[in-house]
Amino acid sequence: MTAKSMVLTVAHRLAILAYIVFALFPLFWLLKVSLTPNDLLYSEGVRMWPSRVSFDHFRFVVAHSDFPIFFRNSLIVAGSTAIVVTILASLSGYALSRFAFRAKYWIVALMLLTQMFPLVMLVAPIFKMLSPLGLTNSLTGLVIVYSAFNVPFATFLMQSFFDGIPKDLEEAAKIDGATQFTAFRQIILPLTLPGIAATIGFVFTAAWSELLFALMLISGNDAATFPVGLLSFVSKFSVDFGQMMAAGVLALIPACVFFFLIQRYLVQGLTAGAVKG
Amino acid sequence: MASIDIQDIRKSYGAVQVLHGVDLNIRDGEFIVLVGPSGCGKSTLLRMIAGLEEVTGGDIAIAGKRVNDLAPKDRDIAMVFQSYALYPHMSVAENMSYSLRLRKTPRERIQSAVSAAASKLGLDPLLERRPKALSGGQRQRVAMGRAIVRQPKAFLFDEPLSNLDARLREQMRAEIKKLHGDLGATSIYVTHDQIEAMTLADRIVAMHGGVVQQVGSPLDLYDRPANLFVAGFIGSPGMNFLSAHYVPGENGASVRLGDGTLIALPQKYTLAADEPVTVGIRPEHVELSDADGTGVDAGVELIEPTGFGTILHLTHHGLPFKVFTVDRTHLNAGPAVKVSFPPGHLHLFDGEGDRVTS
Repeated sequence: MTAKSMVLTVAHRLAILAYIVFALFPLFWLLKVSLTPNDLLYSEGVRMWPSRVSFDHFRFVVAHSDFPIFFRNSLIVAGSTAIVVTILASLSGYALSRFAFRAKYWIVALMLLTQMFPLVMLVAPIFKMLSPLGLTNSLTGLVIVYSAFNVPFATFLMQSFFDGIPKDLEEAAKIDGATQFTAFRQIILPLTLPGIAATIGFVFTAAWSELLFALMLISGNDAATFPVGLLSFVSKFSVDFGQMMAAGVLALIPACVFFFLIQRYLVQGLTAGAVKG
Repeated sequence: MASIDIQDIRKSYGAVQVLHGVDLNIRDGEFIVLVGPSGCGKSTLLRMIAGLEEVTGGDIAIAGKRVNDLAPKDRDIAMVFQSYALYPHMSVAENMSYSLRLRKTPRERIQSAVSAAASKLGLDPLLERRPKALSGGQRQRVAMGRAIVRQPKAFLFDEPLSNLDARLREQMRAEIKKLHGDLGATSIYVTHDQIEAMTLADRIVAMHGGVVQQVGSPLDLYDRPANLFVAGFIGSPGMNFLSAHYVPGENGASVRLGDGTLIALPQKYTLAADEPVTVGIRPEHVELSDADGTGVDAGVELIEPTGFGTILHLTHHGLPFKVFTVDRTHLNAGPAVKVSFPPGHLHLFDGEGDRVTS
């Protein structure tokens, strides 16, 4: 290794390190504040780590706040949205990838069009539509709205994964005696697991952290999701940072567990060896 | 096992017609090779027989039953793909048994069928492996195993050896031929490799531009090509073509090349005097002698030794042609030689490119 390439390598690694520090620092700060006892929060000045840590905030959040309800609501909404969207996106992505049909171009264009509006523009009309249906202040309403917004992108995502699977495989399955749907279910779907995992992960996190619609469509704590719930730590005269951060740390757990579970599929290229290569 | 009858099959994609009415009757147990250059429609025809492409016009019948509108799964055929198309998430055994499992065959029957096919193809030690842990040749074998494990009415092969290296291709070619001998199954094999076509086929179907050019035994196509396309496509190195004019002559017919050289023909033909023709001769049939011998003058441009023989690139008054000889004394031939064209080996084609027979 020459001196020049050594310098470049070191610079490269340092740049990556700087980026990681930059990206993770807010998370670190979240954890730090959540563990700092209230009496030290304003008295110690800016320190990287408090002189004493306590789990009081966590205890309070779990035992004495509505956070468990928010958490359950978020889990229901994000989980249902992820499942609904992934099923719809798998089917429509497969159709876009494999079939030629009339108006395909226009359907794609329409789906793309839905992605072009700032969501704020749509809050009022959506409220107006859901209200007479009794879907405001309901988790079902949120699932429907989130699904509607996530299906187009998830469809394009799934389509690109289906495009990557050789057509020969399902033709071979059809000749082996499978119907189109059996071929899809038994041959194509298992090979798309990395794509499905990516789609579920993407939709789950999007729904998990969505604030705007949750805030506008939900009033009251019973159907509030946790991003809305976080705001309940803000009162007229003070912000309870310790508890808010503790709730934030707890809210990170499902997302982390989720990605831990699916990371195997995210990195694995299952199609290796399918065709010549 | 079954016969396959193809009647006036047409295929269009929008305004583009790729098959212009193909007729073909394939007998029970016959090994048919569809051969032709890329884009000639041979794969399309095969995929239509398999049911993977819709039929635009005409009829396909397998075992006497019209199958135009049947799904691939209901046609009872097996197919080996160029890409092998093995299911990557299944083991070799699962790949081979998939078709039987779909048909709800009893477990014991599946097991015995898979192990019989595996031992025939030497796949026994690989049954638990996934496709990605196999070499190209092994994957090819699994693809074959998947086809033979159930006894279909016909086997379809879509350029199955194209992805293998030359040595393996030769070996698998022989195995396919042996397998066909053992199973006696009706087979349709698509290739652009004329050696595969010659060695495997009971009958070759030469295709070009969506039209069948000639159907016949390999030696039929080699010895009596129906037109310039077949003559040029079958045989390697390819047949030499010399533009000429027909000369009836009193002492036997001949053709006159551009420079006036006369080449004697084996017989008289019903052609008008001076009609433009193309005369063809295979490189291995051209006779070569030293510059002081008899025959037509030719200059040596290039000599390619292949070990088995030698290919000489010659020109005669700017007209290029090739000679193939196993005589090593010609390795250092040149710069000028004499060649002669034995009349018995000449092929004559008219202005349209069709073989002149009488």
